[in-house]
Amino acid sequence: MRFNSTLIPAIAALLLVAGTAAAEPKIVKIDGSSTVFPITEAVAEEFQNSKRGAVRVTVGISGTGGGFKKFCRGETDISGASRPILKKEMDACREAGIQYIELPVAYDALTVVVNPQNDWLKSITVDELKKMWEPGAQQNVTKWNQVNPAWPDQALKLFGPGADSGTFDYFTEAVVGKAKSSRGDYTASEDDNVLVKGVTMDKGALGYFGYAYFAENSKKLKAVPVVAAVGKPAVSPSPETVKNGSYQPLSRPVFIYINAKSLDKPEVKEFVDFYLNQAPALVPTVKYVPLPEKAYQLAKEHIAKKKLGTAFGGEPDVGVTVEELLQREGKL
Amino acid sequence: MTPAPTHDLRQLIARHRLWEQAFTILGLLALLIGLLVLLGLFLQLAVTGAPRLTPEFFTAFPSRLAEKAGILSAWVGSLLVMLVTACTAIPLGVAAGVYLEEYAPKNWLTAIIEINVMNLAGVPSIIYGLLALGLFVYQFGFGQSILSAGLTLALLILPIVIVATREALRAVPGSIREAAYALGATRWQMVSQHVVPYSAGGVMTGVIIGLSRAIGETAPIITIGALTFIAFLPTPPVTGEFPFLSFQWLKDPFTVLPIQMFNWTSRPEEAFQLNAAAAGVVLLVMTLTMNAVAIWLRYRIRRTIKW
Repeated sequence: MRFNSTLIPAIAALLLVAGTAAAEPKIVKIDGSSTVFPITEAVAEEFQNSKRGAVRVTVGISGTGGGFKKFCRGETDISGASRPILKKEMDACREAGIQYIELPVAYDALTVVVNPQNDWLKSITVDELKKMWEPGAQQNVTKWNQVNPAWPDQALKLFGPGADSGTFDYFTEAVVGKAKSSRGDYTASEDDNVLVKGVTMDKGALGYFGYAYFAENSKKLKAVPVVAAVGKPAVSPSPETVKNGSYQPLSRPVFIYINAKSLDKPEVKEFVDFYLNQAPALVPTVKYVPLPEKAYQLAKEHIAKKKLGTAFGGEPDVGVTVEELLQREGKL
Repeated sequence: MTPAPTHDLRQLIARHRLWEQAFTILGLLALLIGLLVLLGLFLQLAVTGAPRLTPEFFTAFPSRLAEKAGILSAWVGSLLVMLVTACTAIPLGVAAGVYLEEYAPKNWLTAIIEINVMNLAGVPSIIYGLLALGLFVYQFGFGQSILSAGLTLALLILPIVIVATREALRAVPGSIREAAYALGATRWQMVSQHVVPYSAGGVMTGVIIGLSRAIGETAPIITIGALTFIAFLPTPPVTGEFPFLSFQWLKDPFTVLPIQMFNWTSRPEEAFQLNAAAAGVVLLVMTLTMNAVAIWLRYRIRRTIKW
């Protein structure tokens, strides 16, 4: 076989020209929490349908923490987060010169679940949850009757998300009182289906994860009503109890963070507007609880005014209402 | 010495026959275990996923609604990544194999290289992912693109291609080389006109086996940051205006079949498990088809060569 010696450079030149000539397509890059993913995915799907392919939207799942790492390097336009941005992530963003807008987009109810054969647990107090999950319980609390003498002498098997997840951060903050402070000897998985399966297989199991996974598996699992404090009633997780604020302290807002510079791009601005307009309709379809209408209105104002920063100042906060959050001064 | 009585001999022979039969059965069982596991897995997937294997499944983008979700962006992504992988791994791997087998002097340096090529074949794929994340994604600035993924998988299967090339070259009788030299051929003529064409069957087999390994890889692709939700196709390679060819697709974000499957299995809704099974069937069929093509090619090329 013989190649024409003039042909090869000609082809190479053509390829080079072709490689540089194409225009960059419009793209909105989103990454972050797997908890926020279903909501963002639903919005992205509808948005692309409505734009008929003129704008591309990519959604990845790197977890809340992994998402912020990319976000603060300027690799993504929007980051989903199931907890507010932390101090060290704020620092990383500030160093890279990334400014952002924080928007709550929906509520999630962390749901404590047990096996349907569990006939002793009618409700659980936050204190009892703390006894089960605090770091001191490691190796020590292994039986149900060690938490409450009224419960049987049955092995306690715990299931929960891994330490990289925002759900883990929020649960430990709400229950133990300090984010990321948890016993380590439980079955951890980032895949909530693994947790669902684990709890359905074991009579003495208890686990926690987002409400959506319970809602899809409500026949195989039992959600435990939670008692926030002594004298308070036991409240089951449901869209109603989340909306009226009675399911405490385990209902939490989930967020998107938008790179302020990206917001200057018309496609990103359009996407965020679409997100806030469609959220009330789309959020329930993926088994999350929409925020009150007023909250979405406030969020839209924030976008219009470009209100920068987080309402949390890098500290986790349990039990604040979304309206209150949106009224706070932002910190960068 | 008196010869052993025939009775004893017969017993001995009978015992040896028994051992032989026992091994045949054992070997057959060992073979069947592998086959049956694959068959069982495939049937289970096929039965679960069958209701979702409609033409729309192949032409629809992923969706939050299980019934509407499809694998269009995933199979196109897999195909394009494979294209980049093949275009990189075949020339590099074959050239390296030919050099090592036909050109390289046999000294300690080539011995080290040879050992390392063998070792590379055993490196866990996620390590390649980490390497690629640092090198292709950030250092070279290719980003989380089809190009990065294709190059990563090319690195992954490079040792397989090299080893297969060398095996195939070794199968060409030495007399062919000597005959070529005797007729005054240079080494390049001998290699390019005789040895490489004759070994093409073996090389192709190795390449396709490498590619069918690459198509199922998930870990390195996730490491370099393939995305989960992609509801668009890469830029088409052919454009309406001059120069009619576009390589923008190399830089486009993408998803691949194994990642789409993984995403579906971790969904809360039961219905997505069906989609995952259906995507699994597609992936398995793709892999089996590639392997079948490899076998067929080897058979065809072997038949045409006679020495």
